[in-house]
Amino acid sequence: MSEPVIVCDRLGVTLGGMKVLDSLSITVYRGDYLAVLGPNGGGKTTLLRAILGLEKPSSGTLTVFGGPPGHAPGRVGYVPQRLFFDRDFPISVEEVVLMGRLSRCRLMRRYSRIDREKAGEAIETVGLARLRHKRIGTLSGGELQRALIARALAGDPELLLLDEPTASVDPDMKTTIYDLLDHLKEHHTIVLVTHDTGTVGRSVSRVACLSCTLDMHGPASSLGTSALENIYGHPVDVVLHEHGPYGNKPDDRHA
Amino acid sequence: MWCCTNTALMATNRTTDMPDFLHFEFMRNALIAALLSSIACGIIGSYVVVRRIGSISGGIAHTAFGGIGLGYYLGVNPLLGVIPFSLIAAIGIGLLTRKAKVAEDTAIGAFWATGMAVGVILIGMTPGYAPNLFSYLFGNILTVPVSDLRLILMLDILIGGLAWLFSKEFLAVSFDEEFSRVSGLRTIALDLLMLCLIALTVVIMVRVVGIVMVIALLTIPAAVAKMFSRTLHGMMALSILLSMLFNFAGLWLSWVFDVASGATVILVAAFVFLVSGAATAMAGRRRH
Repeated sequence: MSEPVIVCDRLGVTLGGMKVLDSLSITVYRGDYLAVLGPNGGGKTTLLRAILGLEKPSSGTLTVFGGPPGHAPGRVGYVPQRLFFDRDFPISVEEVVLMGRLSRCRLMRRYSRIDREKAGEAIETVGLARLRHKRIGTLSGGELQRALIARALAGDPELLLLDEPTASVDPDMKTTIYDLLDHLKEHHTIVLVTHDTGTVGRSVSRVACLSCTLDMHGPASSLGTSALENIYGHPVDVVLHEHGPYGNKPDDRHA
Repeated sequence: MWCCTNTALMATNRTTDMPDFLHFEFMRNALIAALLSSIACGIIGSYVVVRRIGSISGGIAHTAFGGIGLGYYLGVNPLLGVIPFSLIAAIGIGLLTRKAKVAEDTAIGAFWATGMAVGVILIGMTPGYAPNLFSYLFGNILTVPVSDLRLILMLDILIGGLAWLFSKEFLAVSFDEEFSRVSGLRTIALDLLMLCLIALTVVIMVRVVGIVMVIALLTIPAAVAKMFSRTLHGMMALSILLSMLFNFAGLWLSWVFDVASGATVILVAAFVFLVSGAATAMAGRRRH
Protein backbone atom coordinates (compact mmCIF):
# COMPACT_ATOMS: atom_id res chain seq x y z
CA MET A 1 0.00 0.00 0.00
CA SER A 2 1.38 3.43 -0.87
CA GLU A 3 1.74 6.33 1.50
CA PRO A 4 -1.47 7.72 3.00
CA VAL A 5 -2.12 11.36 2.07
CA ILE A 6 -5.40 12.05 3.87
CA VAL A 7 -6.42 10.06 6.93
CA CYS A 8 -9.88 10.64 8.44
CA ASP A 9 -10.58 8.68 11.58
CA ARG A 10 -14.12 8.92 12.94
CA LEU A 11 -14.16 12.54 11.77
CA GLY A 12 -17.06 14.69 12.88
CA VAL A 13 -17.70 18.31 11.86
CA THR A 14 -20.42 20.47 13.40
CA LEU A 15 -21.48 23.69 11.67
CA GLY A 16 -23.79 26.07 13.53
CA GLY A 17 -24.89 23.32 15.91
CA MET A 18 -25.68 20.91 13.04
CA LYS A 19 -23.71 17.73 12.64
CA VAL A 20 -22.67 17.87 9.02
CA LEU A 21 -20.16 15.06 9.13
CA ASP A 22 -20.35 12.28 11.68
CA SER A 23 -17.91 9.52 12.40
CA LEU A 24 -16.40 9.42 8.95
CA SER A 25 -13.36 7.26 8.35
CA ILE A 26 -11.53 7.11 5.08
CA THR A 27 -7.92 7.01 3.93
CA VAL A 28 -6.73 8.49 0.65
CA TYR A 29 -3.42 7.11 -0.61
CA ARG A 30 -0.85 8.68 -2.90
CA GLY A 31 -1.93 8.26 -6.51
CA ASP A 32 -5.59 7.77 -5.67
CA TYR A 33 -8.24 9.35 -7.83
CA LEU A 34 -11.16 9.41 -5.45
CA ALA A 35 -14.63 10.64 -6.34
CA VAL A 36 -16.79 11.52 -3.35
CA LEU A 37 -20.42 11.27 -4.37
CA GLY A 38 -23.50 12.20 -2.46
CA PRO A 39 -26.61 14.33 -2.48
CA ASN A 40 -26.51 18.10 -2.14
CA GLY A 41 -26.05 19.00 1.50
CA GLY A 42 -24.50 15.62 2.17
CA GLY A 43 -21.38 17.16 3.66
CA LYS A 44 -19.10 16.77 0.65
CA THR A 45 -18.01 20.38 0.57
CA THR A 46 -17.59 20.34 4.35
CA LEU A 47 -15.29 17.33 4.02
CA LEU A 48 -13.13 19.23 1.53
CA ARG A 49 -13.14 22.33 3.72
CA ALA A 50 -12.06 20.22 6.70
CA ILE A 51 -9.21 18.75 4.64
CA LEU A 52 -8.17 22.31 3.71
CA GLY A 53 -8.26 23.40 7.34
CA LEU A 54 -11.15 25.81 6.76
CA GLU A 55 -13.42 23.89 9.16
CA LYS A 56 -12.25 22.41 12.44
CA PRO A 57 -13.12 18.81 13.30
CA SER A 58 -15.47 18.59 16.29
CA SER A 59 -14.58 14.96 16.90
CA GLY A 60 -12.24 12.31 15.59
CA THR A 61 -8.97 13.07 13.84
CA LEU A 62 -7.96 14.27 10.39
CA THR A 63 -4.42 14.43 9.08
CA VAL A 64 -3.19 15.64 5.70
CA PHE A 65 0.37 14.73 4.70
CA GLY A 66 0.87 13.49 8.25
CA GLY A 67 0.05 16.81 9.90
CA PRO A 68 -2.94 18.95 10.81
CA PRO A 69 -5.00 20.24 7.86
CA GLY A 70 -3.62 23.47 6.45
CA HIS A 71 -0.03 22.85 7.64
CA ALA A 72 1.31 22.25 4.13
CA PRO A 73 -0.48 24.73 1.84
CA GLY A 74 2.07 24.30 -0.96
CA ARG A 75 1.30 20.60 -1.31
CA VAL A 76 -2.45 21.04 -1.71
CA GLY A 77 -4.17 22.53 -4.77
CA TYR A 78 -7.75 23.64 -4.26
CA VAL A 79 -10.36 24.19 -6.94
CA PRO A 80 -13.38 25.74 -5.25
CA GLN A 81 -16.94 25.16 -6.30
CA ARG A 82 -17.91 27.80 -8.81
CA LEU A 83 -16.26 30.92 -7.56
CA PHE A 84 -18.71 33.63 -6.62
CA PHE A 85 -17.02 36.81 -7.64
CA ASP A 86 -17.68 40.13 -9.21
CA ARG A 87 -17.66 39.56 -12.99
CA ASP A 88 -16.26 43.06 -13.41
CA PHE A 89 -13.30 42.49 -11.08
CA PRO A 90 -10.28 43.96 -12.89
CA ILE A 91 -8.03 40.89 -12.92
CA SER A 92 -6.70 38.87 -15.84
CA VAL A 93 -6.73 35.09 -16.22
CA GLU A 94 -2.95 35.09 -15.78
CA GLU A 95 -3.15 37.07 -12.54
CA VAL A 96 -5.74 34.65 -11.16
CA VAL A 97 -3.55 31.68 -12.06
CA LEU A 98 -0.54 33.39 -10.43
CA MET A 99 -2.48 33.29 -7.16
CA GLY A 100 -1.72 29.58 -7.21
CA ARG A 101 1.90 30.55 -6.50
CA LEU A 102 0.97 32.37 -3.26
CA SER A 103 1.87 29.36 -1.15
CA ARG A 104 5.30 29.21 -2.83
CA CYS A 105 6.09 32.91 -2.88
CA ARG A 106 7.19 34.91 0.12
CA LEU A 107 5.18 37.68 1.70
CA MET A 108 5.75 41.16 0.25
CA ARG A 109 7.72 39.77 -2.73
CA ARG A 110 6.75 40.20 -6.35
CA TYR A 111 5.99 37.02 -8.29
CA SER A 112 9.29 35.78 -9.73
CA ARG A 113 10.08 34.67 -13.27
CA ILE A 114 9.73 31.06 -12.10
CA ASP A 115 6.30 31.84 -10.69
CA ARG A 116 5.29 33.31 -14.04
CA GLU A 117 6.67 30.32 -15.93
CA LYS A 118 4.79 27.88 -13.71
CA ALA A 119 1.60 29.87 -14.16
CA GLY A 120 2.19 29.90 -17.92
CA GLU A 121 2.66 26.10 -17.97
CA ALA A 122 -0.51 25.59 -15.96
CA ILE A 123 -2.43 27.81 -18.39
CA GLU A 124 -1.05 25.73 -21.30
CA THR A 125 -2.03 22.49 -19.54
CA VAL A 126 -5.67 23.51 -19.27
CA GLY A 127 -5.66 24.96 -22.79
CA LEU A 128 -6.31 28.60 -22.01
CA ALA A 129 -3.14 30.10 -23.53
CA ARG A 130 -5.23 32.10 -25.96
CA LEU A 131 -7.20 33.73 -23.14
CA ARG A 132 -4.43 34.44 -20.64
CA HIS A 133 -4.69 38.23 -20.86
CA LYS A 134 -8.48 38.33 -20.87
CA ARG A 135 -10.33 39.67 -17.88
CA ILE A 136 -11.50 36.71 -15.76
CA GLY A 137 -15.14 37.84 -15.88
CA THR A 138 -15.28 37.43 -19.65
CA LEU A 139 -14.70 33.64 -19.50
CA SER A 140 -17.48 31.11 -19.94
CA GLY A 141 -18.33 28.68 -17.14
CA GLY A 142 -16.10 25.93 -18.53
CA GLU A 143 -13.20 28.27 -19.23
CA LEU A 144 -13.47 29.71 -15.72
CA GLN A 145 -13.42 26.21 -14.25
CA ARG A 146 -10.27 25.40 -16.24
CA ALA A 147 -8.68 28.67 -15.11
CA LEU A 148 -9.36 27.66 -11.50
CA ILE A 149 -7.80 24.25 -12.15
CA ALA A 150 -4.77 26.02 -13.66
CA ARG A 151 -4.55 28.17 -10.54
CA ALA A 152 -4.47 25.05 -8.37
CA LEU A 153 -1.85 23.44 -10.64
CA ALA A 154 0.41 26.49 -10.70
CA GLY A 155 1.53 25.81 -7.14
CA ASP A 156 2.87 22.33 -8.07
CA PRO A 157 0.61 20.54 -5.60
CA GLU A 158 0.74 16.81 -4.88
CA LEU A 159 -2.89 16.66 -3.83
CA LEU A 160 -5.68 18.23 -5.89
CA LEU A 161 -9.03 18.88 -4.23
CA LEU A 162 -11.91 19.74 -6.55
CA ASP A 163 -15.36 20.80 -5.44
CA GLU A 164 -18.04 20.16 -8.09
CA PRO A 165 -15.72 20.94 -11.01
CA THR A 166 -18.49 20.37 -13.53
CA ALA A 167 -21.31 22.31 -11.89
CA SER A 168 -22.52 25.02 -14.27
CA VAL A 169 -20.53 23.62 -17.18
CA ASP A 170 -22.10 22.41 -20.41
CA PRO A 171 -21.88 18.70 -21.28
CA ASP A 172 -19.10 18.98 -23.89
CA MET A 173 -16.98 20.92 -21.46
CA LYS A 174 -17.62 18.33 -18.74
CA THR A 175 -15.92 15.74 -20.89
CA THR A 176 -13.01 18.10 -21.49
CA ILE A 177 -12.60 18.66 -17.76
CA TYR A 178 -12.73 14.93 -16.98
CA ASP A 179 -10.22 14.23 -19.76
CA LEU A 180 -7.99 16.86 -18.18
CA LEU A 181 -8.31 15.18 -14.79
CA ASP A 182 -7.54 11.79 -16.35
CA HIS A 183 -4.34 13.33 -17.62
CA LEU A 184 -3.53 14.95 -14.26
CA LYS A 185 -4.03 11.79 -12.24
CA GLU A 186 -0.69 10.50 -13.57
CA HIS A 187 1.14 12.91 -11.28
CA HIS A 188 -1.42 13.96 -8.69
CA THR A 189 -3.52 12.48 -5.97
CA ILE A 190 -7.02 13.72 -6.73
CA VAL A 191 -10.08 14.02 -4.54
CA LEU A 192 -13.13 15.13 -6.45
CA VAL A 193 -16.48 15.96 -4.90
CA THR A 194 -19.65 15.89 -6.98
CA HIS A 195 -23.37 15.19 -6.77
CA ASP A 196 -23.38 14.46 -10.47
CA THR A 197 -23.25 10.65 -10.45
CA GLY A 198 -23.68 10.36 -14.20
CA THR A 199 -20.53 12.04 -15.42
CA VAL A 200 -17.66 11.03 -13.17
CA GLY A 201 -14.94 9.81 -15.44
CA ARG A 202 -14.51 6.09 -15.82
CA SER A 203 -10.95 6.39 -14.71
CA VAL A 204 -11.53 7.25 -11.06
CA SER A 205 -9.79 4.70 -8.91
CA ARG A 206 -12.26 4.77 -6.03
CA VAL A 207 -15.68 6.16 -5.28
CA ALA A 208 -16.86 7.11 -1.82
CA CYS A 209 -20.48 7.85 -1.15
CA LEU A 210 -21.24 10.40 1.46
CA SER A 211 -24.75 10.76 2.83
CA CYS A 212 -25.07 12.45 6.12
CA THR A 213 -28.18 14.55 5.87
CA LEU A 214 -31.44 14.50 7.71
CA ASP A 215 -33.46 14.68 4.52
CA MET A 216 -31.94 11.44 3.25
CA HIS A 217 -34.95 9.15 3.24
CA GLY A 218 -34.91 5.42 3.51
CA PRO A 219 -31.89 3.31 4.15
CA ALA A 220 -28.82 4.90 2.72
CA SER A 221 -27.61 1.46 1.73
CA SER A 222 -29.92 1.72 -1.28
CA LEU A 223 -26.97 3.47 -2.84
CA GLY A 224 -25.19 0.20 -2.38
CA THR A 225 -21.83 -1.00 -3.49
CA SER A 226 -23.19 -3.18 -6.25
CA ALA A 227 -25.34 -0.40 -7.68
CA LEU A 228 -22.39 1.95 -7.82
CA GLU A 229 -20.17 -0.76 -9.25
CA ASN A 230 -22.75 -1.16 -11.96
CA ILE A 231 -22.59 2.54 -12.68
CA TYR A 232 -18.85 2.87 -12.62
CA GLY A 233 -17.81 -0.59 -13.72
CA HIS A 234 -15.09 -0.98 -11.12
CA PRO A 235 -14.73 -1.53 -7.38
CA VAL A 236 -16.32 1.06 -5.19
CA ASP A 237 -15.86 2.07 -1.56
CA VAL A 238 -18.99 3.09 0.22
CA VAL A 239 -18.68 5.41 3.17
CA LEU A 240 -21.94 5.45 5.06
CA HIS A 241 -22.79 7.21 8.22
CA GLU A 242 -26.16 8.17 9.52
CA HIS A 243 -27.28 10.08 12.53
CA GLY A 244 -30.10 12.15 13.97
CA PRO A 245 -33.67 10.89 14.06
CA TYR A 246 -32.71 7.70 12.25
CA GLY A 247 -30.53 6.85 15.20
CA ASN A 248 -28.37 4.39 13.32
CA LYS A 249 -24.87 3.57 14.37
CA PRO A 250 -22.18 4.52 11.89
CA ASP A 251 -21.89 1.82 9.33
CA ASP A 252 -18.53 0.21 9.13
CA ARG A 253 -18.66 -1.25 5.69
CA HIS A 254 -16.39 1.32 4.14
CA ALA A 255 -12.83 0.46 3.29
CA MET B 1 -17.96 79.34 7.88
CA TRP B 2 -16.05 78.18 4.84
CA CYS B 3 -18.14 80.60 2.82
CA CYS B 4 -16.94 83.48 4.96
CA THR B 5 -13.29 82.64 4.41
CA ASN B 6 -13.83 82.04 0.72
CA THR B 7 -15.64 85.28 0.17
CA ALA B 8 -13.15 87.28 2.19
CA LEU B 9 -10.24 85.86 0.28
CA MET B 10 -11.82 86.23 -3.09
CA ALA B 11 -12.90 89.79 -2.47
CA THR B 12 -9.26 90.76 -2.87
CA ASN B 13 -9.11 89.64 -6.48
CA ARG B 14 -12.30 88.35 -7.93
CA THR B 15 -11.49 86.80 -11.23
CA THR B 16 -12.11 83.56 -13.06
CA ASP B 17 -8.79 83.41 -14.89
CA MET B 18 -6.84 80.24 -14.16
CA PRO B 19 -3.42 81.92 -13.88
CA ASP B 20 -4.69 84.48 -11.38
CA PHE B 21 -6.35 81.70 -9.54
CA LEU B 22 -2.89 80.23 -8.97
CA HIS B 23 -1.33 83.43 -7.71
CA PHE B 24 -2.50 82.88 -4.18
CA GLU B 25 -0.49 80.73 -1.85
CA PHE B 26 -3.64 79.21 -0.37
CA MET B 27 -4.66 78.14 -3.86
CA ARG B 28 -1.31 76.54 -4.56
CA ASN B 29 -1.51 74.73 -1.23
CA ALA B 30 -5.01 73.62 -2.09
CA LEU B 31 -3.82 72.18 -5.40
CA ILE B 32 -0.91 70.39 -3.75
CA ALA B 33 -3.30 68.95 -1.17
CA ALA B 34 -5.61 67.86 -3.98
CA LEU B 35 -2.75 66.16 -5.85
CA LEU B 36 -1.37 64.39 -2.79
CA SER B 37 -4.72 63.25 -1.46
CA SER B 38 -5.67 61.89 -4.87
CA ILE B 39 -2.77 59.42 -4.75
CA ALA B 40 -3.87 57.73 -1.51
CA CYS B 41 -7.48 58.07 -2.55
CA GLY B 42 -7.00 56.35 -5.91
CA ILE B 43 -4.99 53.43 -4.51
CA ILE B 44 -7.07 52.75 -1.41
CA GLY B 45 -10.34 53.68 -3.09
CA SER B 46 -9.73 50.93 -5.66
CA TYR B 47 -9.53 48.35 -2.88
CA VAL B 48 -12.62 49.82 -1.22
CA VAL B 49 -14.57 49.45 -4.47
CA VAL B 50 -13.44 45.97 -5.53
CA ARG B 51 -13.88 44.63 -1.99
CA ARG B 52 -17.18 46.45 -1.52
CA ILE B 53 -16.23 47.84 1.85
CA GLY B 54 -17.53 51.35 1.26
CA SER B 55 -19.78 51.20 4.29
CA ILE B 56 -16.90 50.16 6.56
CA SER B 57 -14.93 53.10 5.20
CA GLY B 58 -17.85 55.41 5.93
CA GLY B 59 -17.99 54.02 9.47
CA ILE B 60 -14.28 54.64 9.99
CA ALA B 61 -14.61 58.20 8.68
CA HIS B 62 -17.52 59.10 10.94
CA THR B 63 -15.93 57.48 14.00
CA ALA B 64 -13.02 59.85 13.33
CA PHE B 65 -15.24 62.74 14.48
CA GLY B 66 -14.37 61.62 18.00
CA GLY B 67 -10.75 62.37 17.12
CA ILE B 68 -11.63 65.87 15.97
CA GLY B 69 -13.34 66.43 19.32
CA LEU B 70 -10.26 65.11 21.09
CA GLY B 71 -8.05 67.50 19.13
CA TYR B 72 -10.19 70.49 20.12
CA TYR B 73 -10.34 69.35 23.75
CA LEU B 74 -6.57 68.90 24.02
CA GLY B 75 -5.92 72.01 21.99
CA VAL B 76 -3.89 70.21 19.31
CA ASN B 77 -4.31 69.86 15.55
CA PRO B 78 -7.58 67.89 15.18
CA LEU B 79 -5.97 65.80 12.40
CA LEU B 80 -3.67 64.33 15.04
CA GLY B 81 -6.75 63.27 17.00
CA VAL B 82 -8.26 61.71 13.90
CA ILE B 83 -5.32 59.31 13.44
CA PRO B 84 -5.87 57.21 16.61
CA PHE B 85 -9.65 57.33 16.34
CA SER B 86 -9.82 56.15 12.74
CA LEU B 87 -7.23 53.43 13.40
CA ILE B 88 -9.19 52.19 16.44
CA ALA B 89 -12.36 52.18 14.34
CA ALA B 90 -10.62 50.20 11.58
CA ILE B 91 -9.22 47.58 13.92
CA GLY B 92 -12.36 47.49 16.07
CA ILE B 93 -14.77 46.99 13.17
CA GLY B 94 -12.37 44.51 11.57
CA LEU B 95 -11.98 42.39 14.70
CA LEU B 96 -15.68 42.52 15.67
CA THR B 97 -16.81 41.30 12.26
CA ARG B 98 -14.06 38.77 11.63
CA LYS B 99 -13.30 37.37 15.07
CA ALA B 100 -16.43 37.99 17.15
CA LYS B 101 -18.78 37.32 14.19
CA VAL B 102 -20.77 40.49 14.82
CA ALA B 103 -22.82 41.48 11.76
CA GLU B 104 -20.90 44.03 9.76
CA ASP B 105 -23.59 46.72 9.65
CA THR B 106 -24.07 46.41 13.42
CA ALA B 107 -20.35 46.92 14.08
CA ILE B 108 -20.24 49.87 11.67
CA GLY B 109 -23.30 51.48 13.24
CA ALA B 110 -21.97 51.06 16.77
CA PHE B 111 -18.60 52.61 15.97
CA TRP B 112 -20.07 55.35 13.78
CA ALA B 113 -22.45 56.63 16.45
CA THR B 114 -20.02 56.15 19.35
CA GLY B 115 -17.31 58.14 17.56
CA MET B 116 -19.72 60.96 16.78
CA ALA B 117 -21.01 60.94 20.37
CA VAL B 118 -17.48 61.15 21.82
CA GLY B 119 -16.75 64.04 19.45
CA VAL B 120 -19.88 65.95 20.45
CA ILE B 121 -19.16 65.52 24.19
CA LEU B 122 -15.50 66.53 23.86
CA ILE B 123 -16.31 69.60 21.76
CA GLY B 124 -18.98 70.54 24.32
CA MET B 125 -16.40 70.26 27.11
CA THR B 126 -13.96 72.50 25.24
CA PRO B 127 -14.11 76.06 26.54
CA GLY B 128 -15.26 78.67 24.04
CA TYR B 129 -16.57 77.72 20.63
CA ALA B 130 -14.95 75.36 18.18
CA PRO B 131 -13.46 77.34 15.30
CA ASN B 132 -13.54 75.75 11.84
CA LEU B 133 -15.59 72.79 13.02
CA PHE B 134 -17.50 72.88 9.76
CA SER B 135 -14.31 72.58 7.75
CA TYR B 136 -13.57 69.22 9.40
CA LEU B 137 -17.09 67.99 8.75
CA PHE B 138 -17.36 69.18 5.17
CA GLY B 139 -13.78 69.97 4.21
CA ASN B 140 -12.08 73.19 3.31
CA ILE B 141 -9.12 72.60 1.09
CA LEU B 142 -8.51 76.36 0.79
CA THR B 143 -7.33 76.60 4.39
CA VAL B 144 -4.82 73.74 4.39
CA PRO B 145 -1.72 74.92 6.28
CA VAL B 146 1.74 73.87 5.12
CA SER B 147 2.15 71.70 8.23
CA ASP B 148 -0.86 69.64 7.17
CA LEU B 149 0.62 69.27 3.68
CA ARG B 150 3.68 67.67 5.27
CA LEU B 151 1.47 65.30 7.26
CA ILE B 152 -0.49 64.44 4.12
CA LEU B 153 2.75 63.78 2.22
CA MET B 154 4.08 61.46 4.94
CA LEU B 155 0.82 59.53 5.09
CA ASP B 156 0.80 59.29 1.29
CA ILE B 157 4.27 57.73 1.31
CA LEU B 158 3.28 55.32 4.08
CA ILE B 159 0.03 54.27 2.39
CA GLY B 160 1.56 53.98 -1.07
CA GLY B 161 4.58 52.09 0.23
CA LEU B 162 2.57 49.53 2.17
CA ALA B 163 0.10 49.07 -0.67
CA TRP B 164 3.04 48.47 -3.01
CA LEU B 165 4.73 45.99 -0.66
CA PHE B 166 1.53 44.00 -0.17
CA SER B 167 0.09 44.42 -3.65
CA LYS B 168 0.24 40.69 -4.43
CA GLU B 169 -1.41 39.76 -1.13
CA PHE B 170 -4.02 42.54 -1.29
CA LEU B 171 -5.01 41.52 -4.81
CA ALA B 172 -5.35 37.89 -3.69
CA VAL B 173 -7.50 38.56 -0.61
CA SER B 174 -9.62 41.03 -2.57
CA PHE B 175 -10.35 38.57 -5.34
CA ASP B 176 -10.63 35.29 -3.39
CA GLU B 177 -10.26 35.48 0.37
CA GLU B 178 -10.81 31.77 0.95
CA PHE B 179 -8.21 30.67 -1.57
CA SER B 180 -5.74 33.11 -0.04
CA ARG B 181 -6.35 31.57 3.39
CA VAL B 182 -5.91 28.07 1.98
CA SER B 183 -2.63 29.25 0.43
CA GLY B 184 -1.32 30.10 3.87
CA LEU B 185 -1.89 33.87 3.88
CA ARG B 186 -2.92 35.41 7.18
CA THR B 187 -6.00 36.96 5.72
CA ILE B 188 -7.35 38.54 8.92
CA ALA B 189 -4.06 40.35 9.50
CA LEU B 190 -4.06 41.51 5.87
CA ASP B 191 -7.66 42.68 6.20
CA LEU B 192 -6.82 44.67 9.31
CA LEU B 193 -3.84 46.22 7.56
CA MET B 194 -6.02 47.24 4.64
CA LEU B 195 -8.61 48.75 6.99
CA CYS B 196 -5.82 50.69 8.73
CA LEU B 197 -4.69 52.06 5.37
CA ILE B 198 -8.28 53.16 4.76
CA ALA B 199 -8.20 54.86 8.18
CA LEU B 200 -5.05 56.78 7.25
CA THR B 201 -6.56 57.76 3.92
CA VAL B 202 -9.53 59.16 5.85
CA VAL B 203 -7.08 61.36 7.80
CA ILE B 204 -5.80 62.77 4.51
CA MET B 205 -9.27 63.30 3.08
CA VAL B 206 -10.66 65.13 6.12
CA ARG B 207 -8.89 68.30 4.95
CA VAL B 208 -10.16 68.00 1.42
CA VAL B 209 -13.81 67.00 1.67
CA GLY B 210 -14.42 66.51 5.41
CA ILE B 211 -15.37 63.36 7.26
CA VAL B 212 -18.98 63.38 6.08
CA MET B 213 -18.06 63.24 2.39
CA VAL B 214 -14.86 61.16 2.50
CA ILE B 215 -16.75 58.14 1.36
CA ALA B 216 -17.67 59.76 -1.97
CA LEU B 217 -14.06 60.44 -2.96
CA LEU B 218 -13.01 56.99 -1.79
CA THR B 219 -15.56 55.28 -4.00
CA ILE B 220 -16.55 57.42 -7.00
CA PRO B 221 -13.18 57.83 -8.81
CA ALA B 222 -12.44 54.11 -8.35
CA ALA B 223 -15.94 53.11 -9.42
CA VAL B 224 -15.61 55.13 -12.64
CA ALA B 225 -12.08 53.77 -13.21
CA LYS B 226 -13.34 50.20 -12.76
CA MET B 227 -15.61 50.55 -15.77
CA PHE B 228 -12.57 51.13 -18.00
CA SER B 229 -9.84 48.97 -16.41
CA ARG B 230 -8.64 45.46 -17.00
CA THR B 231 -6.18 45.25 -14.11
CA LEU B 232 -6.25 46.53 -10.55
CA HIS B 233 -3.10 48.58 -11.12
CA GLY B 234 -4.64 50.21 -14.16
CA MET B 235 -7.73 50.94 -12.12
CA MET B 236 -5.63 52.58 -9.42
CA ALA B 237 -3.75 54.77 -11.90
CA LEU B 238 -6.96 55.85 -13.58
CA SER B 239 -8.73 56.57 -10.31
CA ILE B 240 -5.78 58.70 -9.15
CA LEU B 241 -6.08 60.73 -12.36
CA LEU B 242 -9.85 61.00 -12.02
CA SER B 243 -9.58 62.03 -8.40
CA MET B 244 -7.14 64.80 -9.37
CA LEU B 245 -9.44 65.88 -12.15
CA PHE B 246 -12.49 66.00 -9.85
CA ASN B 247 -10.51 67.98 -7.29
CA PHE B 248 -9.24 70.53 -9.83
CA ALA B 249 -12.58 70.93 -11.52
CA GLY B 250 -14.38 71.18 -8.20
CA LEU B 251 -11.91 73.68 -6.85
CA TRP B 252 -12.13 75.84 -9.94
CA LEU B 253 -15.94 75.73 -10.03
CA SER B 254 -16.15 76.56 -6.35
CA TRP B 255 -13.94 79.58 -7.05
CA VAL B 256 -16.04 80.69 -9.99
CA PHE B 257 -19.38 80.29 -8.25
CA ASP B 258 -18.14 81.11 -4.76
CA VAL B 259 -19.51 77.96 -3.16
CA ALA B 260 -18.08 75.35 -0.77
CA SER B 261 -15.08 73.59 -2.35
CA GLY B 262 -15.48 70.11 -0.80
CA ALA B 263 -19.13 69.85 -1.77
CA THR B 264 -18.37 71.05 -5.30
CA VAL B 265 -15.67 68.40 -5.73
CA ILE B 266 -18.21 65.76 -4.66
CA LEU B 267 -20.85 67.06 -7.07
CA VAL B 268 -18.38 67.05 -9.98
CA ALA B 269 -17.43 63.46 -9.13
CA ALA B 270 -21.08 62.42 -8.82
CA PHE B 271 -21.89 64.02 -12.17
CA VAL B 272 -19.08 62.16 -13.97
CA PHE B 273 -20.09 58.94 -12.22
CA LEU B 274 -23.67 59.34 -13.38
CA VAL B 275 -22.68 60.12 -16.98
CA SER B 276 -20.17 57.27 -17.27
CA GLY B 277 -22.61 54.86 -15.60
CA ALA B 278 -25.32 55.83 -18.07
CA ALA B 279 -22.88 55.57 -20.99
CA THR B 280 -21.77 52.09 -19.89
CA ALA B 281 -25.37 50.97 -19.48
CA MET B 282 -26.25 52.20 -22.96
CA ALA B 283 -23.16 50.62 -24.51
CA GLY B 284 -24.10 47.36 -22.77
CA ARG B 285 -27.61 47.49 -24.18
CA ARG B 286 -26.34 48.11 -27.69
CA ARG B 287 -24.03 45.12 -27.44
CA HIS B 288 -26.85 42.72 -26.48
